Amino acid sequence: MMRGLSPSSLTLLTLLVLMVVAPALFPSSYYYRVGALIFINGLAATGLVILVGYAGQVSLGHAGFSGVGAYACALGPVHLGLPPVLCVVLGAALSALLAWGVGRPILRLKAHYLAVATLGFGILIYMAINNEGWLTGGPDGMSVKALGLKGLLRDFGIKVKASELWYWISGGVLLLGAFIALNLRNSPAGRALRSLHDSEVAASTIGIDVARMKVMAFVISAVYASVAGSLVAMMNRFVTPDVAGFLHSIELLTMTVLGGASSVLGATVGATILTALPQVLTVFEDFENLSLGLIMMLVMIFLRQGLVPTLARRWRRRAT
Amino acid sequence: MTILEVAGLGMDFGGLTAVEAVSFSVRRGGIMSVIGPNGAGKTTLFNMVSGIYRPTRGRVVLDGRDVTGLAPHKLAAMGMSRTFQNLKVFQQMSVLQNVMAGRHLSEGVHVVSDLLGLPGAARRNRESEEEAHRLLRLVGLERGAFREASELSYGGLKRLEIARALATQPRLLLLDEPAAGCNAVETGEIDELISRIAETGVAVLLVEHDMKLVMKISAHVVVMEQVRKISEGPPQEVANDPRVIEAYLGSGAETGAKGVGERAQG
Repeated sequence: MMRGLSPSSLTLLTLLVLMVVAPALFPSSYYYRVGALIFINGLAATGLVILVGYAGQVSLGHAGFSGVGAYACALGPVHLGLPPVLCVVLGAALSALLAWGVGRPILRLKAHYLAVATLGFGILIYMAINNEGWLTGGPDGMSVKALGLKGLLRDFGIKVKASELWYWISGGVLLLGAFIALNLRNSPAGRALRSLHDSEVAASTIGIDVARMKVMAFVISAVYASVAGSLVAMMNRFVTPDVAGFLHSIELLTMTVLGGASSVLGATVGATILTALPQVLTVFEDFENLSLGLIMMLVMIFLRQGLVPTLARRWRRRAT
Repeated sequence: MTILEVAGLGMDFGGLTAVEAVSFSVRRGGIMSVIGPNGAGKTTLFNMVSGIYRPTRGRVVLDGRDVTGLAPHKLAAMGMSRTFQNLKVFQQMSVLQNVMAGRHLSEGVHVVSDLLGLPGAARRNRESEEEAHRLLRLVGLERGAFREASELSYGGLKRLEIARALATQPRLLLLDEPAAGCNAVETGEIDELISRIAETGVAVLLVEHDMKLVMKISAHVVVMEQVRKISEGPPQEVANDPRVIEAYLGSGAETGAKGVGERAQG
């Protein structure tokens, strides 16, 4: 039935179908909000698929870029009078620039050294946002101007709830992000990235400028995280420094690895689990975090390559 | 005409000398081998020539340009590629993709085109795929092109590395023990493959343990022992050099060395 479709088209189609079908099962409009959060987290995790899954580098500070994107949308309209959509782009550009500047020295480090360096970078951004209260409102956060899309739609006679609107906006951006990540995977540049995942030395002997390609992956994934930060800030109409926090960085990385680090579909699956499961697990009350941790451990023990790649392999094996 | 010239190349690790000062040159389109017992410094020499180590002293001249200490990816762009003794195949890719990865220099880096899936990306993919199939036919791996690289046999992995290195379109190919760990049949196949590569005009520099392979296909042999070069010349000459017989095969192994020399002549 699906034999004629390339794996990339299959991934995009799966995401699209789930996106369209899911609202039919939503008991209330609150679930649109959860859905939007899943898509936004999925977007940031998809960026990490490029860095972690393709290029084999780790980052414990990617929420820092989400912070840049979020505060660009909070500060831009207020202080510079810029339209919010332009602020998303500016935030992404600033994140890319930061990633390029920071990436060049720290991506020379390997494995746990790189992990600690990116961790430091994330904390730096968090501290800057937290401490510059005159600008960012400090730990109390600040409100974000509305995108203005809802009003615009109302002028055209379309009435839509904010949560539903954000569901479709973030869903659309996630699809675009997945499309780009899948293109990259099967492209010459993607092959170069995946080469250094397996052996940096071998990659360099076939002419790949290892440092340059690593920075490229870092910059691209930073843009994903930044746009995700912008989206969540505009959806919530409010932003706190936590968007750039260490815990959020860990969350994003966990989503990526849980779903299967090199799988674009896996990123969204991981985001779904880590975003939706805590809501489901509230029935366990005090044991909520405990059960979440347990589930994560079990997945990593029994499905080491992450959910999607492991299950896809089993399914293929049964099919043949 | 020389393609590679190595002059007084040496390296110390801390106070320990790994290679003292080795000089030799490789002719365009020829096969040249470096042999020697374990610990002689062959691999260190290789790593210096291919830019993985920065030498303590001496020079590496490629096509008349001093390339000493240049990074491997720059050397690759100048026409030098290599394989590894301890196999560095990209395990998460298919056999075909491994060879396609070797086309990086011809493909160039066009990030926007690749991210957006523009026609240029598809065209470069297609070109690389065609060339990769051609190289896989050359090394005899065409049938397993779409298999995972990790499923290949040891000999298959060795040939895959050679195909990947050839994809960079080198004028000088460095092969680090291409026959190590291979059985007699596989060694014979690799032997024949190396000769075929040299016939296409690619100069081959070989580090090898397998005396038989070296003697049969090399035009010129450099012998190393205990961090220095002890002999150099055509295979028959080297095999009969008393210093080589003593150093490489140990005293009392004279008959063995003669046997090797005779085989090389035959």
